[in-house]
Amino acid sequence: MNTTKLLDVLRQNARLSNSEIAVMLGETEQAVADEITRLEREGIIMGYSAIIDEEKADDNAVTAMIELKMTPIKDRGFDDLAHTIMSYEEIDSVFLLSGPYDLMVTISGTSLRNVALFVSERLAVLDGVISTTTHFILRRYKEKHHVFNEELYDERDMISP
Amino acid sequence: MDYNKLIPERISSMKPSGIRRFFDIAQTVKGVISLSVGEPDFKTPWEARKEAINILERGKTAYTANSGLMELRKAVCGYLKDFIHTEYDPATEVIITVGGSEAIDLAVRALIEDGDEVLVPEPSFVCYAPIVRMMGGVPVPIVTKAEDKFKLTAAALKEKITPRTKLLFLPYPNNPTGAVMRRADLEAIADVLRETNIVVAADEIYAEMTYNGEKHVSIAEIDGMKERTLVISGFSKTYAMTGWRLGYTAGPAPIIKQMLKLHQYCIMSSPTVSQYAAIAAIQKCRADVEHMISEYDMRRRLCVKNFNDMGLECFEPEGAFYVFPCIRSTGMTSEEFCQKLVFEKKVAVVPGNAFGESGEGFVRVSYAYSIAHLESAFTRIREFIGK
Repeated sequence: MNTTKLLDVLRQNARLSNSEIAVMLGETEQAVADEITRLEREGIIMGYSAIIDEEKADDNAVTAMIELKMTPIKDRGFDDLAHTIMSYEEIDSVFLLSGPYDLMVTISGTSLRNVALFVSERLAVLDGVISTTTHFILRRYKEKHHVFNEELYDERDMISP
Repeated sequence: MDYNKLIPERISSMKPSGIRRFFDIAQTVKGVISLSVGEPDFKTPWEARKEAINILERGKTAYTANSGLMELRKAVCGYLKDFIHTEYDPATEVIITVGGSEAIDLAVRALIEDGDEVLVPEPSFVCYAPIVRMMGGVPVPIVTKAEDKFKLTAAALKEKITPRTKLLFLPYPNNPTGAVMRRADLEAIADVLRETNIVVAADEIYAEMTYNGEKHVSIAEIDGMKERTLVISGFSKTYAMTGWRLGYTAGPAPIIKQMLKLHQYCIMSSPTVSQYAAIAAIQKCRADVEHMISEYDMRRRLCVKNFNDMGLECFEPEGAFYVFPCIRSTGMTSEEFCQKLVFEKKVAVVPGNAFGESGEGFVRVSYAYSIAHLESAFTRIREFIGK
């Protein structure tokens, strides 16, 4: 089983049936099912979710990316604070990054005000947080290889040799 | 002006490509999902594009040698040596052409005169017969069949050979059927041709796209065949470089010499920037090619399964990026099927008869599309068949 290829296929479209994936990879359905189970069990595949154009799905939806500068703690780095932040239900994702700030947090909400209040009341006040910068997403162009707001665009002639 | 008087009968009687004709119909429908494109959906690999940018920045915009940059001809010869185990002299046995298409045109013009017969296995790409007729030659179709996996058989070939036969087109891997000729198939063809004075124009533009493990074999590498074979290929499909218009032909020096005269008078030299990009393609883009082929392979399997599940019998093609399902079970002709499909369900596929009469009863489906695109087209075709 070519696991790299299997993961590639799932990354592109996790809704393909096992039988279709099996055909594409030239494997049996059972082998594909077993491999996916293994990947899930070992935590390589963490889950499956849809890529949604949130602003299109809900006019009021807002998503923000928040940069956090923090004070690291001896021997623990940023872990404690990261764990606190990720336990908030409103938070979509938390990444520790290299560069001028430390954590990148994404959050979705139903209004700019809600998100801004969440940042100022829940995040900025945490011990160890030095500063926050909130960026609201204005338009989605591309996410996980999917291009937004575009018909199945093909610059090739509709029919050719 | 009487334009009718102006145009020679040979030209006015030339039919426009059936692919084009169907394109004109499909274009009138809005929101069509097309499975009709005969070019890769990938972009040209970055290393090749980068080289083109470098070359433009350095202002290398002059003509090249008529037969192409020596460095590119050497790269092509090196590639052919690795890929089809056949050695060519870059100085006298290779021309860099404007796409594989130009090489096909040159071959016919260099070899064919009034009354010469040219064997064309069908279904196949649309350009062979019209060019042959333009030179006063006689295209002789050889029908290939689904039960033979659309291969050219020695028996069928033998049957069509006459004292006037001068050229055989060998378009494998095949557009539109996806058929390939394996070594044993080619040995049989070579056995028929070896004692003749017939030249083979091996149109191998899809040569890199062969599946199920075995690599492409060229007829040029079969014993005694190099001296009677023109290998025609190019960069369009392999490196997703269709718009760069660059191909090549390699073959016996006495024929190449004549073809070069024609090339020199009508083209001068192939696009310079494209030629430099092509060198980079050969030298640096192997991994990109492998990636594209593995993607095509997955889609190919998916297509075959889906069409067979729908009840449109689909032989498993082992080359190119097309599947060629049979639509006879619907009771429609190829043209009817395609027109109804495009008007009722907004999916464009190409009628098989555009590739010769023997393509009737089939449609050509290109899988040079993303899985998502293919899936949505399958859904529509399934609905179409279901009613």
